[in-house]
Amino acid sequence: MTVMLPWVLRPLAEAGRWLSTPLSPEDYLSLLDPLWPAGELRGRVEGVHPETADATTLVIRPGRGWRAHLPGQWVRIGVDIEGRRHWRTYSLSSPPHRPDGRITITVKATPGGFVSRHLARSITPGTIVRLAGPDGVFVVPEPTPPRLLFLTAGSGITPVMAMLGSLLSEEIAADAGHRPPDVVLIHSAPTPQEVIFGDRLRRLAARSPYLRLHERHTRSAGRLRPADLAGLCPDWTQRAVWACGPPGMLDELAAQWPGPARRLRIERFTESLLPAASAAGAAGGRVRFTTTGRETDADGATPLLTVGENAGVLMPSGCRMGICHTCVAPLRSGRVRDLRSGLVHGDAGDLIQTCVSAAAGPLELEL
Amino acid sequence: MTATAHLTLDDVEEFGRELDKIREEVLADLGDRDARYIRDVIAVQRRLEVGGRVMLLASWLPPAWLAGTAALATAKILENMEIGHNVLHGQWDWMRDPKIHSTTWEWDIVCPADLWKHSHNFVHHTWTNVLGKDRDIGYSAMRITPEQDWRPIYLAQPFYNVLLALFFEYGIAIYDLELERVPSGEKTPADVLAQLGVVARKVRRQVVKDYVAFPLLAGPAFLPALLANLTANLARNVWAHTIIFCGHFPAGAEFFTEDRLDGETRGEWYVRQLLGSCNIDGGRLFHIMSGNLGHQIEHHLFPDLPSNRYAEIAPRVRALCDRYGLAYTSDSLARQVGSVWKRVLRLALP
Repeated sequence: MTVMLPWVLRPLAEAGRWLSTPLSPEDYLSLLDPLWPAGELRGRVEGVHPETADATTLVIRPGRGWRAHLPGQWVRIGVDIEGRRHWRTYSLSSPPHRPDGRITITVKATPGGFVSRHLARSITPGTIVRLAGPDGVFVVPEPTPPRLLFLTAGSGITPVMAMLGSLLSEEIAADAGHRPPDVVLIHSAPTPQEVIFGDRLRRLAARSPYLRLHERHTRSAGRLRPADLAGLCPDWTQRAVWACGPPGMLDELAAQWPGPARRLRIERFTESLLPAASAAGAAGGRVRFTTTGRETDADGATPLLTVGENAGVLMPSGCRMGICHTCVAPLRSGRVRDLRSGLVHGDAGDLIQTCVSAAAGPLELEL
Repeated sequence: MTATAHLTLDDVEEFGRELDKIREEVLADLGDRDARYIRDVIAVQRRLEVGGRVMLLASWLPPAWLAGTAALATAKILENMEIGHNVLHGQWDWMRDPKIHSTTWEWDIVCPADLWKHSHNFVHHTWTNVLGKDRDIGYSAMRITPEQDWRPIYLAQPFYNVLLALFFEYGIAIYDLELERVPSGEKTPADVLAQLGVVARKVRRQVVKDYVAFPLLAGPAFLPALLANLTANLARNVWAHTIIFCGHFPAGAEFFTEDRLDGETRGEWYVRQLLGSCNIDGGRLFHIMSGNLGHQIEHHLFPDLPSNRYAEIAPRVRALCDRYGLAYTSDSLARQVGSVWKRVLRLALP
């Protein structure tokens, strides 16, 4: 626990630890208030609001120890499904410092997405979840650039929603003479009904002269290409750009962006892994977890994160797709295969992303 | 081995495969119901403990003393047996909850969890009832089978078994230091000293909590509160000792020699676990209060399956043993305790 305590409370906390040994005072206080433990940050789901047919906003009251996020950052959420804890990373869709102190994430159920389907369809108000973060660098810097362009698709709107909320509330506060930023949002979704936050975005755009919204309905108009951008936003290369959406769109944009790299900020929700088939033939090896003393055999295609979880090791994990670096662990010996590139790498002491690395021969991890 | 003479090698392996199947089925079925069970037990245990300790603040009142002591003793028993023992076995690791995990749990007993996990999970559960390998046979201090050579010290074993029951938590802590392996050089005195330091730190925290901090909080009731803590700890000690001694020492439990381990197959391992363990008959509450060690056979066959599942699979295991003509030893608590004490008394003599 890193919470600073006033000097009077410190002896009291120490006494509490002696009285509650071998547990901690938090273990008992959480019986009264499940949101109490700051050592294991928690949140309570207090609202479940459907946004589209397959996307749902969860309103969460964070427990003691939560620090306010910056618009655009993500939170890790740990949820128990069928008795097992699963951690996933979601962008916060709420602006920071909501008057009610709550935060929101907006989850789109993806086909085959075990956790996203649970969060979007089955979770009920009152559920206690674990939280970690917030974190992430997909944020609007200070001072705010005068001209901004947001390029989003699908659930990629969620971090941008938090930014818009914050930018527009600044707009209200800008009466004192600040020049409000000029914001363009180009958002893609298959149909008007499938635009997450569709109504709110349209209302915002109708109300605010500083926000221009362009919706691209891809089922009728086709996918947005970088070449289309000049027509929709002629000064797009002059703007500071934030892009969030499917990997194909982001790769294309990154390849064709003509402006300076620092002005294009990209947030990825998914990372394309090697198809299982191409890694399936690769040899694995014996994996030893040195801290816990557990050992198991791993093939060359299964992420070490899964290997460890199946062996009963408490593996730290987050996005499970190579983005958030929550799962990193020091390699003691051996080498690993990066499941995204197929590259075999690793020296003793390297920090390995266990969610996108498989065993390339016998190895030891400090976990 | 007479108990298995009627079985071919194939029979034994088939028996093992059937047990593997039971294990796989349970593992595949673990879910919300199990998670709710252990969290409920933990919540009940913590409420009992807090309730008991609050009542003991007024322990100058005899009813408060009685109720508080009973609640505290119950909480300590639940914590050590149904929660601590089973969590430390990794029975709940599948939930991936760092708060209920074998690598993070520390229990309300003077013996540090790490030390115990080695001597119990590894040494005892792997070498169950093999003479010279399983240190739990008589806890290296008692003669529990005629195959152990008699020594004059064993004349005193009925006496020190009573002492061991009363101070069981300290007995386990010392036992886990494996002092008898020092003279042979298997363990260095430096190792023992280091472990002793760990034990001392744990003992200090436990003693300060039970015999200083909470009695002081009770103010004028310092002495009755201290006696209440002592009583709760002694009650837990005697209960744990009773249940645990019934696991492998009643009549019917078999012991094995080291040559049995040569090339032991999975099926043979299962058979040894079965024949070396004894169950205690009882109701649901009895099984919870004894950490489900009344299902000692199921526990030894599947040490890392969640304890709430033992009662469910016990009829299947028993039927399987009947089918293969293997002894499945089970009796009432009174009979098993009597049987253990008969052994302790009889084998004290040459």
